[in-house]
Amino acid sequence: MLSRLKRLVAYALTPLLLLSFAGLSSAKEASGGSPEGWGLLNLPIGVSSLSRNSYELHMILLWVCVGIGVVVFGIMFYSMIAHRKSKGHEPATFHESAKVELLWTIIPVIILIVLAAPATTYLVERYDTDEADMDIKITGYQWKWQYEYLGEGVQFMSELTTPESAIYGDTPKSEFYLSEVSEPLVLPVGKKIRFLVTSKDVIHSWWVIDLGVKKDAIPGFVNETWVRIDEPGVYRGFCTELCGKGHAFMPVVVNAVPEDEYNSWLADKKVAVAAERELAKKVFTLDELMAQGEEAYNRSCAACHMANGEGIPGAFPALKDSSVALGSVKTHLDVVVNGVAGTGMQAFGGQLSEVDLAAIITYERNAWGNDTKDIVQPVDVLKFKQGQ
Amino acid sequence: MAHGPEKGIGRWLFSTNHKDIGTMYLWFSFAMFLLGGSFAMIIRAELFEPGMQLVKPEFFNQMTTMHGLVMVFGAIMPSFVGLANWMIPLQIGAPDMALPRMNNLSFWILPFGFALLASTLFMEGGAPAFGWTFYAPLSTTYAPSTVNFFIFGVHIIGASSIMGSINIIATVLNMRAPGMTMMKLPLFVWTWLITAFLLVAVMPVLAGTVTMMLMDINFGTSFFDAAGGGDPVLFQHVFWFFGHPEVYIIILPAFGVVSAVIPTFSRKPLFGYSSMVYATSAIAFLSFIVWAHHMFTVGMPLAGELYFMYATMLIAVPTGVKVFNWITTMFRGSLTFETPMLYAIAFIILFTIGGFTGLMMAMAPVDIQYHDTYFIVSHFHYVMVAGAVFAMTSGIYYWLPKWTGKMYNETMGKAQFWVSFIGFNIAFFPQHFLGLAGMPRRYADYALQFAEWNMVSSIGAFMYGAAQLFFLYNVIQTIVAGKPAPEEKTWEGAEGLEWTLSSPPPYHSFTTPPEVK
Repeated sequence: MLSRLKRLVAYALTPLLLLSFAGLSSAKEASGGSPEGWGLLNLPIGVSSLSRNSYELHMILLWVCVGIGVVVFGIMFYSMIAHRKSKGHEPATFHESAKVELLWTIIPVIILIVLAAPATTYLVERYDTDEADMDIKITGYQWKWQYEYLGEGVQFMSELTTPESAIYGDTPKSEFYLSEVSEPLVLPVGKKIRFLVTSKDVIHSWWVIDLGVKKDAIPGFVNETWVRIDEPGVYRGFCTELCGKGHAFMPVVVNAVPEDEYNSWLADKKVAVAAERELAKKVFTLDELMAQGEEAYNRSCAACHMANGEGIPGAFPALKDSSVALGSVKTHLDVVVNGVAGTGMQAFGGQLSEVDLAAIITYERNAWGNDTKDIVQPVDVLKFKQGQ
Repeated sequence: MAHGPEKGIGRWLFSTNHKDIGTMYLWFSFAMFLLGGSFAMIIRAELFEPGMQLVKPEFFNQMTTMHGLVMVFGAIMPSFVGLANWMIPLQIGAPDMALPRMNNLSFWILPFGFALLASTLFMEGGAPAFGWTFYAPLSTTYAPSTVNFFIFGVHIIGASSIMGSINIIATVLNMRAPGMTMMKLPLFVWTWLITAFLLVAVMPVLAGTVTMMLMDINFGTSFFDAAGGGDPVLFQHVFWFFGHPEVYIIILPAFGVVSAVIPTFSRKPLFGYSSMVYATSAIAFLSFIVWAHHMFTVGMPLAGELYFMYATMLIAVPTGVKVFNWITTMFRGSLTFETPMLYAIAFIILFTIGGFTGLMMAMAPVDIQYHDTYFIVSHFHYVMVAGAVFAMTSGIYYWLPKWTGKMYNETMGKAQFWVSFIGFNIAFFPQHFLGLAGMPRRYADYALQFAEWNMVSSIGAFMYGAAQLFFLYNVIQTIVAGKPAPEEKTWEGAEGLEWTLSSPPPYHSFTTPPEVK
């Protein structure tokens, strides 16, 4: 009987011990390096005032809970050890007391009021999006993020680069498995950055734990939040609102760099944007378009329509032998550029370059036995867009 | 056939008897518990290590969704309705429920509701894959056409719950034995009465929500479609206006069971009976005014977010009162630790841990980090599994001898408890770490730093799953080959009208009302 009791005590206390261990280990983390594996126990402190405030409040709450737990469970275990029938303890008969009821109503209220003070301060700070140095528009898509540097004319898509073969175990998993993207969001440190968060399809949520920022991306709404990053570094995050089958496969990567480095990156990016625009005027061969089309298709379309063009029955239509891919080019352009309202088909006109759009459409019309021999050039896409 | 059960299948199909219907509810809910559990096993097997090994992400999402729906609506809620059917007439000294034919109907539509829901697994497009919270527009514009089966399934399940609740309210208010005043009702009856009012209030809201979805999907309305002038956030407000009271619907009857078990094995009356009643009512009231604490990241105005934070923190007060009362009931009692008591004690400890994380999540500025991570997965499994399911298991071990006239094997019961308790904690405690370190919930696959604790969690989940088959074995073994339960009371310290009847009780329970002093 007694050994069982000891076990009960041990198991009940394990959570408390682990929690305090979590507290200690996080204190160690502060000196550098992000924890992983078995050492991965607690909220990181992060690199912004928002994440630090969250961490601080988290630790206050943790210790308050541990404290209350020790007292409450302590009394309970004392009673379980001392007031056992097997020890011949006779039951008392008391069964009410207005005084103690009042006491254990008032004490928690006081604790809550004390806790509400820092919580209120930190929440008010979070809502202060005024006087930002720059604005980034974040748009969620199934299943990727688009970043737009407002007023700079720079925007790009950021997609998972982990290959499907690594996910399904055919090739080894890299260090940043499921946390690596085609192009990270580059941000300057020390600047107040305002994020305008929205979505083009379902609800997503943009989260980087080290920045302490999480905001839902909701179609038809533009949510605001902000951050000021204190230290340069690469910070990785995730989508945190269930958004369909690719929910786990649209990570966030933020590359925070010193301001001068950011400025030169932005200048380079603007040059690249101009070059891409030039490229759209070039005439491509079928082979060139097919090669680029396959790459772009697998990146942007295969998640739903699948790499073999057969789609997922009941959810996403096949493109192989489909009326769109084999029908008129104009309809095909319309579907890809403008999407199909009321379905999962997004409007890709604003997401992809003319070259990519032309390559994808050409690829879809000629791959998997769809032998139309049609060639759609970037200029055709441009004309279609302007003709609207 | 006035004095005994019908023979054959008719006894069950046409039953208007509270005990037979209660039995059917309990077996049905256990079947659903195993079904939902098998979905959970698939989830944990897939998450055993990084990479997709067993299923595709779209099927994984179907599993998380169906696991939630089946466990909440198919396992936990009907199991407590079954317990209410069995125990409320016995505890208030009535011959049966007030509305026996409706009782039959409310049970028998339930299997059809779940048949509709589960049939989607075999259809093109698959089962619902948008989470048990089915946020629009993922569940409307972007859902497969099988969503219509889900909607009608929810309608049927909701109708069943509403009928069950009306029956409980009518029974408790009208069928009490002479002298059984409201403030003498056993706490299980009180918590169920309050739960029934919650159900009647919020199940229509759920029905309204899914009906709006139905309209959006099939009839061109735009309640939740921003492109048509609708509002996806409205969906979340309406859903959680149902969803938050729903979590108390699940936990309040569990409070009632624990309030019966703890005094019995402490051999001491429940401490603070009237404060328990008031605390339960306070929790029920607060449950209606805190719903948006599930939505701290949707972009509410500051004033709204502050209000929902403060209101949510208040829930800690009446919940604390209940925990303190249970512990004070044990204090200076004469304690023994039979299986129901072990489960009840585990309930208090683990539910309190779930309460602590609940308090942490009430704090909006830090909930922004916790939101939609494994931290919350851990939190709600501490309150739903270690809370509601542990209390239910406690109640079954506690009243099984009364129901069957046979005693379960105490050693096997205790062994089952320890496998369950240890498995549960191995499965869910590490999920706190995963969530805090940044692993989002509903992820079919995860980054490598989360591998270790996920493996531990999966091992614990398999252990907990196995413990439920062990439980099934214990129950069947008791029914088939259990030793006769002691003639007088099964439990030395048990109080209440149910213990004045034979085990098993007569078919019409109390044919003459007992006198309650």
